[in-house]
Amino acid sequence: MGALHRIDPAPAAATILQRPSALDPSAGDPVVQVRGITKRYGGSVEALKDIDLDIPRGKLTTLLGPSGCGKTTLLKIIAGLLEPSSGEVRVNGREVTGPGPERAFVFQDFALMPWATVLRNAAFGLELRGVPRREREDIGRHYIREVGLAGFEERYPHELSGGMRQRVGLARALAVKAEVLLLDEPFSAVDEQTRRKFQEDLLRLVAQEKKTFLFVTHSIEEAVYLSDGIVMLSRRPGRINRIIEPAIDRSGSPDEIRRDKHYLDTVEEIWHGLRDYVD
Amino acid sequence: MKTTMDGVAAMPGPRHGAGGTLLRAAAAMGGGMLLWRLASIALFCGLWEVAGRVPISPAFPSFSATAIAFRDMMADGSLPAAFAVTLQPLVLGVVISAVLGVSAGVLMGLRRGVEWVAAPVFIVFQAAPMAALIPLVTFVYGIGLTAKVLAVCMLALPVIALNGYKAVRNVNPSLLAMARSFMASPWQRVVKIIIPDASPVIFAGLRLGVSAGFIGVILAELLITPTGIGDLITYHRSIANYAEMYASIASIILFSALTLAVLQRIETVFFRPEKQGA
Ligand SMILES: Nc1ncnc2c1ncn2[C@@H]1O[C@H](COP(=O)(O)OP(=O)(O)O)[C@@H](O)[C@H]1O
Ligand SMILES: [Mg+2]
Repeated sequence: MGALHRIDPAPAAATILQRPSALDPSAGDPVVQVRGITKRYGGSVEALKDIDLDIPRGKLTTLLGPSGCGKTTLLKIIAGLLEPSSGEVRVNGREVTGPGPERAFVFQDFALMPWATVLRNAAFGLELRGVPRREREDIGRHYIREVGLAGFEERYPHELSGGMRQRVGLARALAVKAEVLLLDEPFSAVDEQTRRKFQEDLLRLVAQEKKTFLFVTHSIEEAVYLSDGIVMLSRRPGRINRIIEPAIDRSGSPDEIRRDKHYLDTVEEIWHGLRDYVD
Repeated sequence: MKTTMDGVAAMPGPRHGAGGTLLRAAAAMGGGMLLWRLASIALFCGLWEVAGRVPISPAFPSFSATAIAFRDMMADGSLPAAFAVTLQPLVLGVVISAVLGVSAGVLMGLRRGVEWVAAPVFIVFQAAPMAALIPLVTFVYGIGLTAKVLAVCMLALPVIALNGYKAVRNVNPSLLAMARSFMASPWQRVVKIIIPDASPVIFAGLRLGVSAGFIGVILAELLITPTGIGDLITYHRSIANYAEMYASIASIILFSALTLAVLQRIETVFFRPEKQGA
């Protein structure tokens, strides 16, 4: 229980777990541990209530929930960009008191510097760390290639489409070699085609980079398609409704996966679950 | 992983690609802008010529008469000499206002304490009718260079400072969060995010400040002691040399416009390279 750790791509229906009252400490080696996080804005708006969560290492975990349920809030608390009202977050066992080098954030609105080229933007995390120019630009170039933007190094953000800008944001996060990537609805501002392409690329990067990805979305299909584990948040105040491990067999082509019965069943199941608690 | 999904509108490489179309369109627009500007200047000069020849007033010379007077004043050295005199308090005042104004503005934007102390002063100064205050300056500072520099600063400083303040206050919060998440130091935050992001508004303030500085220096030359361009204007008016008077006025306007264009250039080259060619 509480294990987001199943590796076996069981062909059975998705494992659906009730929200654990206490997380199972024996369940492997979570890289991020969230304990009793509550967040109130301005004393009155309760955005999150009593969140307990373990994020397994090297997996893609999704935070799924309706708009305004506190997904961004939770992600920013884990990133150290927001202070929780109570509770604590531990990363690799150490308490989070602010941003750290082992975490990198991909922003929903890209947060690219309009006056800087793609290359400088991608290498900006390294620039802030004082990495010499040559070295950081080499690393920047490498990750720009990795996210499929080779040839755009000297362009400015306003010359790129939304999807491409988000790729720059992803390259910037990858370039600092953080263990945990926190992605806040990275696909929300891009069209459906780009979104699918981006999803493929993300899956490839997850397999290749061996990093932990914590990913926020409000799309059920996207969550099921991408995730090893889905954490479903309920409406405000956000609470963990349940945790699902889709265990989709990703050996087939994207189209095969999207037609896969198991995939479709899982999407359907989440839909039903959502309806239960929306009503 | 070559992407074609993001749309061809921003393909890399040669300018004649689909991306080139955009750039070409921008260039064409820039060229069109230049053409429009030239046309508007020509129209203005034409109307001036007609109005001068009608004439709408004996004290209103035609464009050609003014141009000839300008050439003569350049040739006999009276205009360059006047500029040399006027530029002294102007450049001093503008440089002082730019340095003080930008620093004060940025500090007000960054620090609540500084904002609390300084912002009201600048707001009051900006609202005050400065031309009425300039004669007062002479009581304290006499009629020398100091008084004129002060007149320039009084007009230029508030708008520069308040724009800097506003610019820093309105820095994109998401860029600040980004800098924080990648662990920027406070200094890096100011130098790498806040100043560049605020620079368009800071420079808008500088342009307003510089044109206010021009007003300040001419007012000082008309109100405190007649020197430089102000003197030239007064002198030629007093002996009814209207063409020379207008040539002096037009030359200072032109000079002011040129200065502003240079400032714009500095902004795009040093702070916002992405605006180049747009
Ligand atoms: N800075 C803030 N001040 C006050 N309320 C906020 C602030 N940020 C978010 N909220 C509120 O907290 C709730 C959760 O917000 P958010 O985490 O952005 O949700 P999500 O990302 O799931 O859409 C929302 O109801 C939102 O209105
Ligand atoms: Mg959000």
